[in-house]
Amino acid sequence: MTTESEFPEYRNKLKCSFGQLEDCFDDCIKDALRKLSTQGTDDYLSGASLVCMIGRGFEPVLDYLEEMPLIANSLGEEVLKMVSQAVWDMSRTPNGNSIPPFMHCLPEVSRRLRSKEHMRKFIDIIFEMMHATTGSIHGHHTTFPSPGLPDLLKQIPYLLSQLSLDGLKNWIEYGVRNYNDHPENQRDYFTLQSADSKAMLQRERHGTLYIDHERQLDLYLRSMWEAEEYLVPYSLGFDELRKPQPYYDSLGIRIPDVYDERNGVSGINRYRIVLAHMAGHKRWSQRQIADNLSPFQRIAVELLEDSRIEALTLKEYPGLKKYLLTLHPVPVEGTCDNEKESCIRHRLAMLSRAILDENHGYQNPHILDCVEKFHAALKDGESSSQEMLHIAISFTAKTRLQSDQLPKVRFENTEVDYRDDNRHMWVFIEEDDEPEDMQRKAQDADLESPEGLPPRHYQEWDYNSSSYKPDWVTLYESLHPPGSPADIDKILEKHAALANYLKRILDLLKPQHYVRVRYQEEGSELDLDVAIRSIIDFKSGSQPDPRINMSHKHDGRDFAVLLLMDLSASLNEIPEGCSQSILELSREAVTLLGWSIEQLGDKFAIAGFHSDTRHNVRYHHLKGFTEHWDDSVKARLAAIEPGYSTRMGAAVRHAAHYLEGQKAEKKLLLILTDGEPADIDVSDERLLIEDAHKAVEELSAKGIYTHCISLDKKADDYIADIFSPTGYTVIDNVDKLPEKLPKLFMSLTA
Amino acid sequence: MSNQDQNIDIEQYKITTEPYYEAMGNEVALYKAAYASRMPVMVKGPTGCGKSRFIEHMAFKLGKPLITVACNEDMTASDLVGRYLLDANGTRWLDGPLTTAARIGAICYLDEIVEARQDTTVVIHPLTDHRRTLPLDKKGELIAAHPDFQLVISYNPGYQSMMKDLKQSTKQRFTGLDFDYPDSKVETAIVMKEADIDEVIAAKLVKIAHTARHLKGHGLDEGISTRLLVYAATLINNGIEAKEACQMALVTPITDDKDIRDTLVHSIDSIFA
Repeated sequence: MTTESEFPEYRNKLKCSFGQLEDCFDDCIKDALRKLSTQGTDDYLSGASLVCMIGRGFEPVLDYLEEMPLIANSLGEEVLKMVSQAVWDMSRTPNGNSIPPFMHCLPEVSRRLRSKEHMRKFIDIIFEMMHATTGSIHGHHTTFPSPGLPDLLKQIPYLLSQLSLDGLKNWIEYGVRNYNDHPENQRDYFTLQSADSKAMLQRERHGTLYIDHERQLDLYLRSMWEAEEYLVPYSLGFDELRKPQPYYDSLGIRIPDVYDERNGVSGINRYRIVLAHMAGHKRWSQRQIADNLSPFQRIAVELLEDSRIEALTLKEYPGLKKYLLTLHPVPVEGTCDNEKESCIRHRLAMLSRAILDENHGYQNPHILDCVEKFHAALKDGESSSQEMLHIAISFTAKTRLQSDQLPKVRFENTEVDYRDDNRHMWVFIEEDDEPEDMQRKAQDADLESPEGLPPRHYQEWDYNSSSYKPDWVTLYESLHPPGSPADIDKILEKHAALANYLKRILDLLKPQHYVRVRYQEEGSELDLDVAIRSIIDFKSGSQPDPRINMSHKHDGRDFAVLLLMDLSASLNEIPEGCSQSILELSREAVTLLGWSIEQLGDKFAIAGFHSDTRHNVRYHHLKGFTEHWDDSVKARLAAIEPGYSTRMGAAVRHAAHYLEGQKAEKKLLLILTDGEPADIDVSDERLLIEDAHKAVEELSAKGIYTHCISLDKKADDYIADIFSPTGYTVIDNVDKLPEKLPKLFMSLTA
Repeated sequence: MSNQDQNIDIEQYKITTEPYYEAMGNEVALYKAAYASRMPVMVKGPTGCGKSRFIEHMAFKLGKPLITVACNEDMTASDLVGRYLLDANGTRWLDGPLTTAARIGAICYLDEIVEARQDTTVVIHPLTDHRRTLPLDKKGELIAAHPDFQLVISYNPGYQSMMKDLKQSTKQRFTGLDFDYPDSKVETAIVMKEADIDEVIAAKLVKIAHTARHLKGHGLDEGISTRLLVYAATLINNGIEAKEACQMALVTPITDDKDIRDTLVHSIDSIFA
């Protein structure tokens, strides 16, 4: 065997007997000798021997031999051992099938990561993922290979182009955490098929994310362009073939979801430039008829129109010029070969650059001539799209070349990516009358307008990872269907004695508008009693009290209260020793509370919630802050019906959303519940408890006080984990609820 | 009491040099007509748009003394009308600014009237209808207003909450003049004149103000006022670099919202190339 090699001493060091090896060994070792030191070559060969010993066929060995010299050369020779050891370790687990994809992704990884420390970290991340996902049934053995690992390794080049190493780690950990016990979903996640995985990827991306700067961009448009636009981000991440361009139409402005800094222009400024350009179009562009123009003419017209918009923008905001100069490509004159490729784009990009940058230094007489015409047109006034069209057509006529038709177009240095695709510029007189058009119209008509409010998405706290799951819960809000308001009036009649008693307390609670503050050195009025006493003191020669004034202060109630009722199925139960179900008791209690608060005049709203998995949390509107305690409210309250489970976090967050909008000194969220947060799609019982706790924390950060009234006798086990030590009341004797709830409210707000 | 009246130095309330004021419409003529029959006037408009300056200007033109009271939430009726103070021999009555104005025939200007509580503002009612009297109930005196006395209030409808609106019964005692920030040309002229700065810079400052005014209601309670523009221009005149001056005078005072600050800084950066 060895006799065939030109390098027998090296061949001997490589302990591997695959037949195919002999064909390529010489080439590989030549390459290695050129790139590696003597020590490195030894490591290289022993590494290859190790890879050979794992018994996964010839392919990994070949990959190792071919790729490692280059990788070792750029990252350092320690990588050789690192990789061969990793492959060996991987082969000792059930994940042998992942070795080929692992070897395949290494060259790309090394190009992206550029240091051996990062490579070490990368391998650690992969191994952590592997250990976490390798299956063990009943905890006995690790016998099942990781379902997602091969897919993950195939995606690694793409992932690293989007994520930093830390981002990658977070993305992988999220997948492992949430899909560890579901192989199918895990694969969907790691092949980037599931919505979750895409959402998570968006979140971890580097650069300036649209989502973090939405408001700033909105403010930008408003302040500098007086425009109020609907901004829709599109993702640059998933369309590799065609890079989408910003554009706008009647539905809004589309912009990329992320911008990295480029040449010192920050992401947010790149967003602003894009928006400025489109806002400029909206302000200054007129539509042109496209039918009579050739595609080349159209490109030229668009380009000159873009330049006009830029020139007008710069007149208004000269400070933007430095950014445009950096972002606009600089085509180098003479780099495009007219014989071999189509130079139309190159020529036009030069023209555009020459208009923007007076120090362009281009010599082409046509371009110089056109630039002059352009500036003349804009000298006074803002010119028009029509005038640009004329200049553009004459420019294309003068510079037209046969080679413009060539299929190979020079794109290099011609893309101005802050400009939109100008679809708004053109009017086509002849509509296309393709048959599918009819179909589309018919389909549009089929789409019904959705009923009720659009769903809202809320994040959920995952205590395992101390992170939020983005847009995890879908919440639908609707008006609760009405029942008969007379039922509620009956309840009030039934509790007439209690109502009378409450009324007496309420009168005491009613705000006293003015309170006298006495003994003030500075005040609005003289307090005569004290003043006279002081004078007597003064005249009798002792030290008078100088605090002889008094003032008044306001003492009003300024509360906004939202009562959130848990409407889960357990409300149907009739607790021991009671004749009524929890639901009926709750309804009575809420009736009395609603009636009392109406007397007090505080802002008060009632809502109910229940959930059926994270995809369907129902939030029922029973009474709004501006509604009075009238028949429509009573009718809704009379009709409440229990069902499903208790996913508290999302409902609390939604309630907070309403409370936040209220102007009140103190905001209070009262939660009336009969059990712990739970849902049928959650097996970990701590999860929703922790989430509810987090939601309560979020509320208190927003200045909303939360108080829970629990009817669960066993609530002590968990309720203190959700609410603050003073933030809950457990009512053991459910029968007494109608009496206790209004009293509790009063003591909370007195 | 009567010797007290003579003790008031009317001259201190007179305006000696003409305050600069650039008319935006025919507000000067309207005001003169209202003053001719001593009709109470309410001037409405955002902060720093020239309301107080206008009143000063008119007081100068009419040659009347002007007593200005800046209203605030802690102000009580006694602060306007007057109160008893203690001195060595017992108590002594001290007129409040409103009483003084009614005695000497001054224009009494209650600045930002809604900042005062509603129960305070009702004391002006008897002065603002046909009675033109001011009862001092604690003192037991009824003052008939001097024939030259006029009451003017200013009112910024923009940022106050519903709680701080005027009572209908108060509102309906006044005639109203609406003020807004002047248009670009006039505002540029004002900034040029007030801060003694050249037109190019003044025009740029006005442009920045316009970008900020578009944000009113979207995180800004109030846009950049003409007053702040004059500050910025003055800073530039004192040798401060334009962008820094704008940051100091136009951005930092009006908001703490980071997004809005960033946007304003960007607009300053775009306008001052």
